[in-house]
Amino acid sequence: MSRDTALVSADWAEKNLDAAGVVFVEVDEDTTAYDGGHIPGAVKIDWKQDLQDPVRRDFVNQEQFSALLSERGIGNDDKVVLYGGNNNWFAAYAYWYFKLYGHRDVVLLDGGRKKWELDARPYSKDVPTRAKASYQAAAPDLSIRAFRDEVVQAIGVKNLVDVRSPDEFAGRLLAPAHLPQEQSQRAGHIPTALSVPWSKAANEDGTFKSDEELGKIYGEAGLDGSKDTIAYCRIGERSSHTWFVLKELLGQQNVKNYDGSWTEYGSLIGVPIALGDEPGKA
Amino acid sequence: MTSPNIAAGCAAPDQSAPLPASVDLEKETVITGIVSNADGEAVGGGYVRLLDSSGEFTAEVVTSPEGVFRFFAAPGSWTLRALSRAGNGELTIDVTRGVNEVALSVAAA
Repeated sequence: MSRDTALVSADWAEKNLDAAGVVFVEVDEDTTAYDGGHIPGAVKIDWKQDLQDPVRRDFVNQEQFSALLSERGIGNDDKVVLYGGNNNWFAAYAYWYFKLYGHRDVVLLDGGRKKWELDARPYSKDVPTRAKASYQAAAPDLSIRAFRDEVVQAIGVKNLVDVRSPDEFAGRLLAPAHLPQEQSQRAGHIPTALSVPWSKAANEDGTFKSDEELGKIYGEAGLDGSKDTIAYCRIGERSSHTWFVLKELLGQQNVKNYDGSWTEYGSLIGVPIALGDEPGKA
Repeated sequence: MTSPNIAAGCAAPDQSAPLPASVDLEKETVITGIVSNADGEAVGGGYVRLLDSSGEFTAEVVTSPEGVFRFFAAPGSWTLRALSRAGNGELTIDVTRGVNEVALSVAAA
């Protein structure tokens, strides 16, 4: 993968709004943004309602994902252009699902809603009607998803990348600073994890930095290119953003997203936790 | 007392809603305010970023139609940076526990 195949610009998007076989999909946790105006022709996916299992703590399975895309009128051969708010966190999370379930042609819109807004590009409140499709998701590709036992075993062995803010990494905050701080899990980070906040990879307008800048950021942070990598955050969506950067833009092999992330790890009995700004020892 | 929902997402809650009753102001450090343009009009749909004392990104929210934004931070020094169609603005503040109200103005560069 590379920038040319994983990312499209806002200019490209505006020129291809009506292109055949191209489906724009806005992915947000708070879908009132979509309802108040979205990229013309875009359908919406609700991060919580559509992408999470309603009962268990897990995301939608192969059948649920097939049913969701069929219902939204998205076919296996469509080019899916994902974008959203929060600097594309949830769009990157959805991108990771599309890859996990084997979609062939999926891209992120560079800069997402923010770049679109700051460029003063057009919005629409019209909700498009798309004919139902018959989507067939592939079996999940678990080479890009990490589970907790693998994460514990990766301490001191693989690259662990904590993409939360420095205060969350150190244990001074338990959640991003736009959320109340009362949380059930312990504070801190997985020992030996490198702190590389997701935001290092993005410009102020939400677009990704250049490949040269990105390579320098992770190199200087101490990411060892010869090792496998697991990225995590609090609930797995900010780390999807970093997973996208490492795997899809920089083309690194063997990069996984740990979607259980800190809300799972910080609640486990008996696992090691490091506090403070340093990675800590295995 | 509400039980925290561990599967709750990371997106910002409605910025114009009142503070939820579950928020304990003895413990939380709330930074809230209104973004306005050079004419004093509220700027809705703008982006406000919270940067820590080293300038590192900590959080970002979209302002409500009334220009309102809100963060839950910690006592200390923070920088607020607003980006919008009407221009950008920046302000560094020292905050304490409880509610800290801030006025943030933006202007075209």
